[in-house]
Amino acid sequence: MDAMAAVKQTFFQECEEQLAELETGLLAMERGEAESDTVNAVFRAVHSIKGGAGAFSLEDLVQFAHVFETTLDHVRNGALEPTADVMGVMLRAADLLADLVAAARDGLSVDSGRSEVLVTELTALSPGGVGADTEEEDDLSDFSFTPVTVAFDFSDAPADAGRSYTITFKPRPELYAKGNETALVLRELERLGQMETSCDASALPQLAELDPEGAYLEWTIRLTTEKGEDAIREVFEFVEWDSSLTIQASDADADVDSGAGSTEDAFAALLRSIQGDETALPTATAEIIPLPLAEEREAVVEVEAQPAKASAARNGSGGANANANAAAPQTIRADLERVDRLIDLVGELVINQAMLSQRVMEAGHVPGSAVALGLDELEHLTREIQDCVMAIRAQAVKSVFQRIPRLVREVASMTGKQVRLITDGEGTEVDKTVIDRLNDPLTHMIRNAIDHGLEKPEVRIAAGKPAEGVVRLSAMHRSGRIVIEVADDGAGINRARVKAIAAEKGLIAADAALSDEEIDNLIFLPGFSTASEVSNISGRGVGMDVVKRSIQGLGGRLSITSRPGKGSTFTMSLPLTLAVLDGMVVTVADQTLVVPLTAIIETLQPKPADVHGLGGGARVIAIRDTFTPLIDVGRELGFRNTATDPLVAVAILVETEGGRRSALLVDTIQGQRQVVIKSLESNYRHVPGIAAATILGDGRVALIIDVDTVIANSQSDATILEPVLAAAG
Amino acid sequence: MIKHDNSSRELIAFRIGEQEFCVDIMSVREIRGWAPATVLPKSPPYVRGVINLRGAILPIVDLAARLGFQPPEPTVRHVIMVAQVGTQVVGLLVDAVSDILSVTDDAIKPTPDVASDMAKTFVRGVLAIEGRMISLIALDNVLPTLEPIAA
Amino acid sequence: MSATILTVDDSRTMREMLKLALTQAGYKVIQAEDGVHGLEVLKSETPRVIVTDINMPRMDGFGFIEHVRADDTYRGIPILVLTTESDAEKKDRARRAGATGWIIKPFDPAKLIDAIRRVSA
Repeated sequence: MDAMAAVKQTFFQECEEQLAELETGLLAMERGEAESDTVNAVFRAVHSIKGGAGAFSLEDLVQFAHVFETTLDHVRNGALEPTADVMGVMLRAADLLADLVAAARDGLSVDSGRSEVLVTELTALSPGGVGADTEEEDDLSDFSFTPVTVAFDFSDAPADAGRSYTITFKPRPELYAKGNETALVLRELERLGQMETSCDASALPQLAELDPEGAYLEWTIRLTTEKGEDAIREVFEFVEWDSSLTIQASDADADVDSGAGSTEDAFAALLRSIQGDETALPTATAEIIPLPLAEEREAVVEVEAQPAKASAARNGSGGANANANAAAPQTIRADLERVDRLIDLVGELVINQAMLSQRVMEAGHVPGSAVALGLDELEHLTREIQDCVMAIRAQAVKSVFQRIPRLVREVASMTGKQVRLITDGEGTEVDKTVIDRLNDPLTHMIRNAIDHGLEKPEVRIAAGKPAEGVVRLSAMHRSGRIVIEVADDGAGINRARVKAIAAEKGLIAADAALSDEEIDNLIFLPGFSTASEVSNISGRGVGMDVVKRSIQGLGGRLSITSRPGKGSTFTMSLPLTLAVLDGMVVTVADQTLVVPLTAIIETLQPKPADVHGLGGGARVIAIRDTFTPLIDVGRELGFRNTATDPLVAVAILVETEGGRRSALLVDTIQGQRQVVIKSLESNYRHVPGIAAATILGDGRVALIIDVDTVIANSQSDATILEPVLAAAG
Repeated sequence: MIKHDNSSRELIAFRIGEQEFCVDIMSVREIRGWAPATVLPKSPPYVRGVINLRGAILPIVDLAARLGFQPPEPTVRHVIMVAQVGTQVVGLLVDAVSDILSVTDDAIKPTPDVASDMAKTFVRGVLAIEGRMISLIALDNVLPTLEPIAA
Repeated sequence: MSATILTVDDSRTMREMLKLALTQAGYKVIQAEDGVHGLEVLKSETPRVIVTDINMPRMDGFGFIEHVRADDTYRGIPILVLTTESDAEKKDRARRAGATGWIIKPFDPAKLIDAIRRVSA
């Protein structure tokens, strides 16, 4: 059933949201920052998951969610104190719940041992335990979803079969106040079998005294049915509390009271008996006596006060909107493909506008002319449209940060370290293209911070630090980029050891004189961490060099600062979008190329004395007493065979992986501009040394240089230089 | 010209040097004049580079070079056939488009044994029309996707 | 003309399930996400029956029912409480608030339709 499958998909989407809310709430409780509604929101999240899971017969999920919910309910009603231990169990329960949801979605199963352990722990927390008493068991059994086919026409049941019952039913006024109707109850009853009804209207007052919301009638029903008493009770389920009801089984063959008739007859008789004046009843109904009692009125006032309070809690600390109706900005859901198409089109618009400007200038219109001014305005508008369109795809990093607490708990428990995670700037927005690719490097950085950064509790205590280490994850916008920092308060980089390892692996000369910063950056060198050293937590076979490269692949940079005994901070800076890039447009062998601005440190004009040949075509350039490899871009990319004369060229100093520097030799620099990134792979394939393409103002394609690959390729010819260079530096 | 019937299909014929080739018209999206391409580093010689096709990056394959002929020095008279190859769109540089042919499948004869290996990779059959021999080309392999990256 | 049912539930999943079951039974469905929203909807719509969840943010089912019952213009509308809370205490609270009846989640579509029929003419 397609519609049901769609609902199921909605369910899993909603589960993701609920799980995120659950974790956020639990973490706030753990920090003691829970607001009044937090525990309710947490409870509701688990409750909703349970409800949906029940509908889809996801038994494992229902069972666990139920135990979890019950324990949370104890916290909610104050029976269980949310201590650190309790919250620890809750957080692990939330992790398991997430796994159970994922397993249910993917049709997999979760190790039942894990469930059992947590069920035991949760139950142990509950005052009096969970699931031990039979009422709870009954409650659980309610969730088994057994579709029942309900026969709609009970009236076809053999009339003379089964037993006879005599039912007396006297509604109280409350019954009507709750929207129930005697007529509907009797109609329902009639479906069960053969029925005869009589009405005692002796309590009915004169019309003038009739309270329209009063209840004056008593019904006696003789019902012959094979359905049994339970079915009869079910009919009265909603009304029995607001009526006097007796149900007595009698003999099936017993004579039916000759005075009784069908329900309609009874109503007709009733109507006749109370109405001399036929219009009196509707008129009376219009004069409604206020029903709610004083007690209910109070409740109403209290409820009205709630929305503002609740919404303030939901808005969190920054909740400026106390008004419930203004609580959340309105949003629409849009197909991502449409947004991407829009972004493409705006990219086209930018290019076309640039081409038009160029043509207009070529046609001899001077700046300041009416045409040029009009074009300026067009350019301004185009940029604004581009910014707006890009903003559509912007998302808060929260979606990525939300996964981190769980990671921290896992890594902490694996390494035996105590970790407190502090996050900051979750609301910082960045383009979806970046969001989608943040997770892996961030995961690695967090693992690294806990595994290599933080010390074990006993070591920390010995060093006079609290046993619990702190990892601080923060995001902020800084000069048009997003900066994400992972800081730990661990021991900092052990420089002597790092240097020793690097020397041992031949990455540097044993006697190389390196600054602290240079030593710290050695950890980003390919080959610094090897599989044998990398623990399975930090590594998964991946060294920091790979992390750095993947960040650079996004046009980002990764750097480290470290203070012995105080900890290390990894700073990752990324462009706000991967759809456009700030680049330096250069010319190499008549080709126009773009060098990403993020890689560039400075540009300089080589002087004859600065350039030195090293044989085999390799050259270095001395920049402030440091020898830097000089890479001839034209030759490296195969655009020309002969070496470029550095004296008529420009050197662009770039930073590459490991923080090392190289100088790219290009013919001329045309200028800087923002370019729209276009894929080469969609119609062709990856080209070594080229990151992507773009379209310039003249409509021609320019290639964007992949700085790292160009340099790595040039060094593969000359790796032996490395120790020499480091020693020279 | 061959009469239309149920099994007929339309082919677009073009010239490379003195030879005539054709491809299924269904795979050709448009025909444009030659415009200088941006050279791609370390590409096979038959990849002329890339051009901007309304915002998309379009690789240009020099079909003469691809089929093992002497590549031309492109002029404004050269033509780019924009063709769909699988999920990708490719520009094919040819000398000129000569004809649109409507042929039946049985008019397509097997490739003669004398053809070179290069021809066998691309030529699916030959047509003899009004004394001309036209080779039917399959475009599946024109891009270098399956080859090792040129050194 | 098909009767309109107002469903009040904070869970998108539950709203969609209700809508599916109700539309298949020929009802027209209008939806609200919580009690506050439900009251908002009632200003412009008069449903035949209201089906509401209990545990919701901003205004829960109890509060919502009390508001509905306190307002002369729609106090007579039958309200079915849809909730996973099957225990007597919750039912009792719902009843005291003014609920007409209840349906235990996960609901069986047939039982849902049956319950609606039982409270509406």
